[in-house]
Amino acid sequence: MKPFTYERASDAKAAVQAAVETPGARFIAGGTNLLDLMKLEIEQPQHLIDVGRLPMATIEDTADGGLRIGAMASNTKVAADARVRSRYRVLSQAIVSGASGQLRNKASTGGNLLQRTRCPYFYDTSKPCNKRQPGAGCAALEGHIRESAILGASRACIAVHPSDMAVALVALDASVETLTPSGETRSFPLMELHRLPGETPHLETHLIPGELITAVVLPPLPEGGQQYRKARDRASYATAHASVAVVGGRIALGGLAHKPWRAADAEAALASGATAEEAMGVELKDATLRDENAFKVPLATRLVAATLREAAQ
Amino acid sequence: MSSVQDWEAPNPVKDNRSGLIGKGVDRYEGPLKVTGAAPYAYEVTPPSPPAYGVMVGAEIATGRITGVDTVEAEAAPGVLAVWTHRNVPAQPPRGTKAHPRSTSGSRPALESDRVTYFGQPVAFVVADTLENATAAAKLVRLTYTAADPDVDFPHRLDAAGMPPGEQDTEIGDFEAGFAASDVKLDETWTTPIQNHCQMEPCASVAWWEGGKCIAHTSVQMVKPAQHGLAETLGIGRDDVHLLTRYIGGGFGGKGQTYDDLTLAALAARALGRPVKVAFTRQQMMHGTIHRPATIQRVRLGAGADGRLNAMSLMTWTHCQRDGAFTEHASNFARNLYAAPNRLTGHRLVKLDLPHAGAMRAPGEASGTLSLECAMDELAEKLGLDPIELRIRNEPEVDPENGRPFSMRQLVRCMKEGAQLFGWDRRLPTPGQVRDGRWLVGLGMAAAIRGNFLLPAKCSFSVDADGVITVRQGMTDIGTGTYTVLAQIAAETLGVPLGKVVVEIGDSELPPAPGSGGQFGAATAGSAALAAGMNLRQAIAELAVADPGSPLHGGDPNAVTFQDGVVALENRSETLAELVRRAAPAGLTVEGEIRPAQDAQKWSQQTYGAHFCEVGVDPVSGEVRVRRMLGVFAAGRILNAKTARSQLTGGMIWGVASALHEGNAPDLRYGSLLGQDLGNYLVTVQADVGELDAIMLDEVDDKANPMGIKGVGELGNSGAGAAVANAIYNACGVRVRDYPITPDKLLPGLIAKGW
Ligand SMILES: Cc1cc2nc3c(=O)[nH]c(=O)nc-3n(C[C@H](O)[C@H](O)[C@H](O)COP(=O)(O)OP(=O)(O)OC[C@H]3O[C@@H](n4cnc5c(N)ncnc54)[C@H](O)[C@@H]3O)c2cc1C
Ligand code: SF4
Repeated sequence: MKPFTYERASDAKAAVQAAVETPGARFIAGGTNLLDLMKLEIEQPQHLIDVGRLPMATIEDTADGGLRIGAMASNTKVAADARVRSRYRVLSQAIVSGASGQLRNKASTGGNLLQRTRCPYFYDTSKPCNKRQPGAGCAALEGHIRESAILGASRACIAVHPSDMAVALVALDASVETLTPSGETRSFPLMELHRLPGETPHLETHLIPGELITAVVLPPLPEGGQQYRKARDRASYATAHASVAVVGGRIALGGLAHKPWRAADAEAALASGATAEEAMGVELKDATLRDENAFKVPLATRLVAATLREAAQ
Repeated sequence: MSSVQDWEAPNPVKDNRSGLIGKGVDRYEGPLKVTGAAPYAYEVTPPSPPAYGVMVGAEIATGRITGVDTVEAEAAPGVLAVWTHRNVPAQPPRGTKAHPRSTSGSRPALESDRVTYFGQPVAFVVADTLENATAAAKLVRLTYTAADPDVDFPHRLDAAGMPPGEQDTEIGDFEAGFAASDVKLDETWTTPIQNHCQMEPCASVAWWEGGKCIAHTSVQMVKPAQHGLAETLGIGRDDVHLLTRYIGGGFGGKGQTYDDLTLAALAARALGRPVKVAFTRQQMMHGTIHRPATIQRVRLGAGADGRLNAMSLMTWTHCQRDGAFTEHASNFARNLYAAPNRLTGHRLVKLDLPHAGAMRAPGEASGTLSLECAMDELAEKLGLDPIELRIRNEPEVDPENGRPFSMRQLVRCMKEGAQLFGWDRRLPTPGQVRDGRWLVGLGMAAAIRGNFLLPAKCSFSVDADGVITVRQGMTDIGTGTYTVLAQIAAETLGVPLGKVVVEIGDSELPPAPGSGGQFGAATAGSAALAAGMNLRQAIAELAVADPGSPLHGGDPNAVTFQDGVVALENRSETLAELVRRAAPAGLTVEGEIRPAQDAQKWSQQTYGAHFCEVGVDPVSGEVRVRRMLGVFAAGRILNAKTARSQLTGGMIWGVASALHEGNAPDLRYGSLLGQDLGNYLVTVQADVGELDAIMLDEVDDKANPMGIKGVGELGNSGAGAAVANAIYNACGVRVRDYPITPDKLLPGLIAKGW
């Protein structure tokens, strides 16, 4: 681990200001992802701004009947919230399917959205990785790629985004609230937070450097059933081969792309009467496959079909 | 010469008067461990503040180090030393035995510019803090000339040869027998590389007191560690005091020492202060040994009556190019089922992978994953219940060497297990049972593992408080050795458990072979019993010779020991009173055990039967174990709780082998893909539902004076096959490439129309 300086932010504005003014600064919330990466020197911040104790951990009802989840609310707290469990159960299901109990106690809502990929080559610093070191090459491309992306991948990076929570949030049409470096709050659909890798896999979101996520806002109770399904190697503490969040007619997919994937084409096909299998055929028609990850196509298709059925019950 | 007949006499463990033997007493060191008060090697506080060493692993698999730049590392804050092969203190060449009776030769660290596996320690940094050493280690710049690693095991079988000094074992004429069989099975299974993933990574702290090196490390066998370090340091064996008091899991991976120990001792000598060195979790994956992958071909030929006519298990496996390890996955098949025509053997490929070595139930753990599934497949072909097929092939004597079994209760394990588990509810046709989203199936498999006894010594002392102290150069790797030694001592001397102190893990104590091969409890315990008997004799003689004792003048052989009291008929006094008066400095005696010359006349094994119920999600190919039961016959059980933990732990490992564990080499780099516990999956709590292990009443009087056997490896043998067989029964899909992950199961499920 490289030496670094540390401060505890007094309020959100001060945190953002410090982030803009201090070279090499990073926010730290639960630290469950950032610290691991710092130990391996994959992340090398020179300065940490601890936002973990900012008063942004509440979950409030919004005027229009939705919920506003503070960015510091822990994964455990959100999953256990009575309103979340009764009205947005897909979110609760998604969160508890991720990581482990201990990690969820520490992990924050903001940090979960910004957690980095679990691509094994990203973690092995003896291997080239464009995400770690732009232009170095991608060791995964010719390596073991069972977990790699089948949608929206590029020659530069085939990693997937590991968050389960984000998949449910995309299906819920949630939005993100932030404080920008110029001190303004802005709000935008969560679906627009993450990027596809393209030629710049090291750029993972559309946040401006120094921008702080302050909350995630859920719109009013959506119509239709909700369900989250995640397929993985073991029952806990494993990332998804594929996951599906269904909220009424909306479908989001996890484990398949560099970001939580809104299956808009499948939704449209379903709306016009296609079967789940046909709809997923449309959604996955451009999937890039190789031997090791080709199973994700039937897996995601079957998960979507089963999850739609379960959500409708 | 000792004989098994010598073991027939009664002894306190057999008599078990106070009922301590077999009782599930709590772990002797449990409170220390759960309160954090048991210092593991890295946590031992040395006499003066230590420096911290960090190793740097090679980033190539095979080649040479051509450039070394340590300028930046040496200039980094707090750095005390930076070593590579160019400046490491001189050590005798690998394997040197200056003392001809050393149990291990020298194991030099950073010995040359040659790199033979990815992650091989090639540089070493010592600094004032762990943080400074870790940061500086990243600044060591090495350049290499690298060759392409040869690590593609399945495609290098052409290079496979007979393991050194071995040959295939053939009885009868296998090929002819197989060809002539009515019903045949010929299938191939593959198992992957597995890493031990002990909770405690390998770690050491060393310091010097004059010319003597004091080293605490985490190792399963004390003497080879002590001797190997002495040879490496070029000093006398008595000039190394090696300790390993608490060990956070070994599983075979700590059957040897690694460069953490060598470098800690060398650096402590060079710097004149204690040095701590530990592997990181990531370094453990390459820098220590692993269970190698196997390819296993099973051929079974049977008559329509289900009797095996021909049986073959051939195993291909790999080891490090400079190594000499064979995963003997075929060995157990030599003793398990009757068949007149038999062929078993191994082929070994040397590769540029890290070192292969022993992992829990070496041989059986991998081998049962094929043969015990093949038996399930054969049962189906024959229309027989899998238990019935096994019963029909139950041998009268060891099928390989014709020796009688000392004890063989495999059939009883299967029958009792079947009843307890509800095996009769299994439907022979797969895919018939549904529970919500899950397809449910039952499977079973047999377990077998050899039993061994090795030479060992032990000392017993009694002090003026009547406290018995057991001292032995034995280890407890989490198995319960501390506890069973305490039980044996308490029962033998007739004192409560609270009056027993156990000191182990120390090279200056009477030697024992350590923990491995499930010989630990039998070996260490038999030596303890012998020492205990000698102490009884010494105490009895003390009492009858002491005019102040109410026992004075009696027959020493008639003295009894119970509840801390020594007695002769109605005359008695407490043990403490006697010792305080007659031997205030206490008494110390030694005892030892040696294998019996004639024990070889019997085939000695431990047995078991695993039963498993799984759920298979036909949509996703996910598998969860709903219930699992093992029934075992492994001699007298010393401690119902620690033995059960050993067995259930082995069973869970079997679940892992069937469903989760495996590490894939990257063919380009010669490295392994899983480098931490996030990417290398072991079974977690949520993967296993109900789990139990039951131990049959058994006493094997050919095994040792206590009639006990080992359980440490047995639980792992066969467990994974029971899971795989249950998967087939649930959904009708056989996957013969372990672990059985959703990506492998899904095509079969789709093909079946699920
Ligand atoms: C082994 C393992 C397995 C896991 N498996 C899963 C899984 O299956 N599914 C799953 O969903 N998750 C999984 N997790 C991830 C876990 O959920 C994340 O570690 C956690 O959500 C990160 O939250 P944190 O608050 O600790 O983030 P931190 O580590 O504190 O921060 C992560 C990143 O977010 C940035 N950041 C944090 N808060 C803010 C903010 N408010 N505004 C702007 N930037 C911010 C930080 O600068 C940092 O770059 C796993 C983690 C581990 C270690
Ligand atoms: S897939 Fe992406 S994260 Fe993985 S090695 Fe390639 S560039 Fe790095």
